[in-house]
Amino acid sequence: MPDEVIDCRGQRCPLPVIAAARRMPEVPVGTVVRVLADDPAAAVDIPAWCRMRGHEYLGSVNGPEGPAYDVRRTH
Amino acid sequence: MTDSTVVGSLSTPHRGLPSHTAAIPSLPVSASPVYLDAATAAPMHPVARQALLAALDDGWADPGKLYTQARRARQLLDAAREATALTLGVRADEVSFTPSGTTAAHGAVLGGLAGRRRVGSTLVHSAIEHSAVLHAAERHVAGGGTATAVPVDRSGRLDLTAWSTAVRAPGVALAALITASHEVGTVQPVAEAASACADVGVPLYVDAAQSVGRVPLPAGWSVLTASAHKWGGPPGVGVLAVRKGTRWESPWPADERESGRTPGVVNLPAVVAAAASLRAAAADAAAEASRLEPLVDRIRARVAAEVPDVEVVGDPVLRLPHLVTFSCLYVDGEALLHALDRRGFAVSSGSSCTSSTLRPSHVLEAMGVLSHGNVRVSLHRETTEADVERFLTELPGIVAGLRAEAGVVGL
Ligand SMILES: Cc1ncc(COP(=O)(O)O)c(C=O)c1O
Repeated sequence: MPDEVIDCRGQRCPLPVIAAARRMPEVPVGTVVRVLADDPAAAVDIPAWCRMRGHEYLGSVNGPEGPAYDVRRTH
Repeated sequence: MTDSTVVGSLSTPHRGLPSHTAAIPSLPVSASPVYLDAATAAPMHPVARQALLAALDDGWADPGKLYTQARRARQLLDAAREATALTLGVRADEVSFTPSGTTAAHGAVLGGLAGRRRVGSTLVHSAIEHSAVLHAAERHVAGGGTATAVPVDRSGRLDLTAWSTAVRAPGVALAALITASHEVGTVQPVAEAASACADVGVPLYVDAAQSVGRVPLPAGWSVLTASAHKWGGPPGVGVLAVRKGTRWESPWPADERESGRTPGVVNLPAVVAAAASLRAAAADAAAEASRLEPLVDRIRARVAAEVPDVEVVGDPVLRLPHLVTFSCLYVDGEALLHALDRRGFAVSSGSSCTSSTLRPSHVLEAMGVLSHGNVRVSLHRETTEADVERFLTELPGIVAGLRAEAGVVGL
């Protein structure tokens, strides 16, 4: 389960990635942040951003709130 | 380019002239146009222009008729076909001219499937085909057929093991593979893919739009398509080549022209220009490739070194000589294209935000690389080292400016 959720629904790329990048330094290492994003590009860009930044991409879930992407701060 | 450039003069429009810039007050005078989108449409080769003008006088009649003017048109069409066949390494009667690369691709896919419908109804294709191929595949699936997409690796190269498994499945009618990616430039292992197809008797269609006139063609295919405006020919001419013995059946309503492979009268002046410029481009291809390759190398290296948080995508070695793609983290692709355009640079983007569909580029998605802030730069015979230098000099500041505006510096 995520420790917190950022709601980026209705935002177009690259805004969901920017929101995740803004939040990451503010949470403790090890925190799992869930990004809710309905722009289909988020499915590509959130994992790619994790790879570029060295955070752990935990995968996506498609729940009642739409597509969501889980990221763990690793450093 | 603006309408005024197109109608204003017969000079090469992408270079512009002072008179054009004067007519467009919003364009900064300092930014002389640098056209870097050859993979969409290369500036017309001078040979194409000459041939087009000559054929407008000489080749307007219907080549199918039985009078003198028609015979002249017929001669021009036959000569264009023979020249094109020679460059492609096929027989003249295997070549048909279509109204675009897109219609050629539609015909290749749907005709290849129709010709083997008794064997099965599965189309195997790479995940990174051009949308023309994918849309034909969608049509096939909507009609009850099946399509299997084969993945690529992070560099955009076909997964050969998955490909071999896919073509070996029962009921495969046709396999489709782009020779080299139009979006990221990665050259595909066509010979290996072709031999996997040959082992199981599946015909291979190759979309060679980005390769013809630029790099040597791979062997082993049964159907090939290309597009003249990619090699410096006029827009609106495609090539469909079907090798003898291939079970291919026209998917269109019947028409005798072009060996029954594509309906309607050909745009003969444009076809003549396409064939003449193909011969010229192919003759210069090796020299052009060795001139442009180091410029692309320079772009790859300098963009990676001088623009922070950028991902240069596509295979660094197994790639087209004229095309390079990169994505800038946190930057909106459309904003980047507009900012580059304001500085006179014409480039393309696979970013979702620049396409009407709002989908990320299926090519970048299949590779698993950043899809926003994406720029594709593609060079051509008029591209100079100075053009590339100016682009490389201005790009870091343009990206930094957009990041500052968006408040994403230091993220
Ligand atoms: C690989 C590829 N195939 C097909 C096409 C379609 O060609 P055309 O623009 O002539 O319709 C293009 C051009 O966009 C292309 O790059």
